[in-house]
Amino acid sequence: MRKAVNDKDRCVACGVCSNQCPRGAISIFKGCFAVVDEVVCVGCGICEKACPAGSIKVNDRRNA
Amino acid sequence: MAKNKAKHWYDYLWIWSIIYFALGFFNILFAWLGLIDFIVPLIFAIAGGNKNFCNRYCGRGQLFWVLGRNLKLSRKKQAPGWISSKWFRYGFLTFFMTMFGSMIFQTYLVFAGTSSLRKAIKLFWTFKVPWKWAYNGSIFPDFVAQFGFGFYSLMLTSTLIGLIVMALYKERTWCTFCPMGTMTQGICKLKAGNELEKKGDHHDN
Ligand code: SF4
Ligand code: SF4
Ligand code: SF4
Repeated sequence: MRKAVNDKDRCVACGVCSNQCPRGAISIFKGCFAVVDEVVCVGCGICEKACPAGSIKVNDRRNA
Repeated sequence: MAKNKAKHWYDYLWIWSIIYFALGFFNILFAWLGLIDFIVPLIFAIAGGNKNFCNRYCGRGQLFWVLGRNLKLSRKKQAPGWISSKWFRYGFLTFFMTMFGSMIFQTYLVFAGTSSLRKAIKLFWTFKVPWKWAYNGSIFPDFVAQFGFGFYSLMLTSTLIGLIVMALYKERTWCTFCPMGTMTQGICKLKAGNELEKKGDHHDN
């Protein structure tokens, strides 16, 4: 299953990903970094394309 | 904004950033309104512990998105990693605040009568652009206008840098090193403190 995963150390908490996510799967945790709700995420990759910091990436969960 | 999401009034705040520059073009005193973009994000961060300003209400961030994504003016290429690295972000914040301080000092010199009002905009902290049409005196003392010219210079310069990185890289690359964004995230991280560690551990990052 493909899911978005965020590198919280790189994330600048700009919110671009959460604004773009068609599933509303991303929230910005207390202005610090983006958190993905893996139950809701469908792995479409829209957030990855939008993220200016290159911090959120879609990974294949089977390898995780 | 995602296409299937309902639009909110705040999705149109990008229009505000255009109006701001237009107003300051005709009368530099309007430059003072830009302080809203400094104070509101800090209130959100300090009082609310969030980056809702960046996430929702920042007209400038939205402008880069509207121009970069909707008008396709962005190459949408990932910027080099150092641009969003911590040392660059905090370095740029330090540089920005130093320049802000020197602008305040310039304003003080006019206030104290040591310097006279200079009707010019300084772009990229280097290039002086005459801007004398934007001020023909007012009921306010000269230092008020001097601050306007200084502040407008900062706002215009940062927007121009933002437009350049928008065109070269991803739409909102500016937001990865925007001083307000760095400052508010820093405040939020301090406020969240211990909770951060816990939250981070829950997710296999
Ligand atoms: S991959 Fe798609 S569904 Fe998952 S968080 Fe990103 S934008 Fe949302
Ligand atoms: S777009 Fe990227 S940098 Fe911005 S909040 Fe999302 S993951 Fe973080
Ligand atoms: S990072 Fe700066 S430009 Fe981007 S949304 Fe936040 S305040 Fe606005």
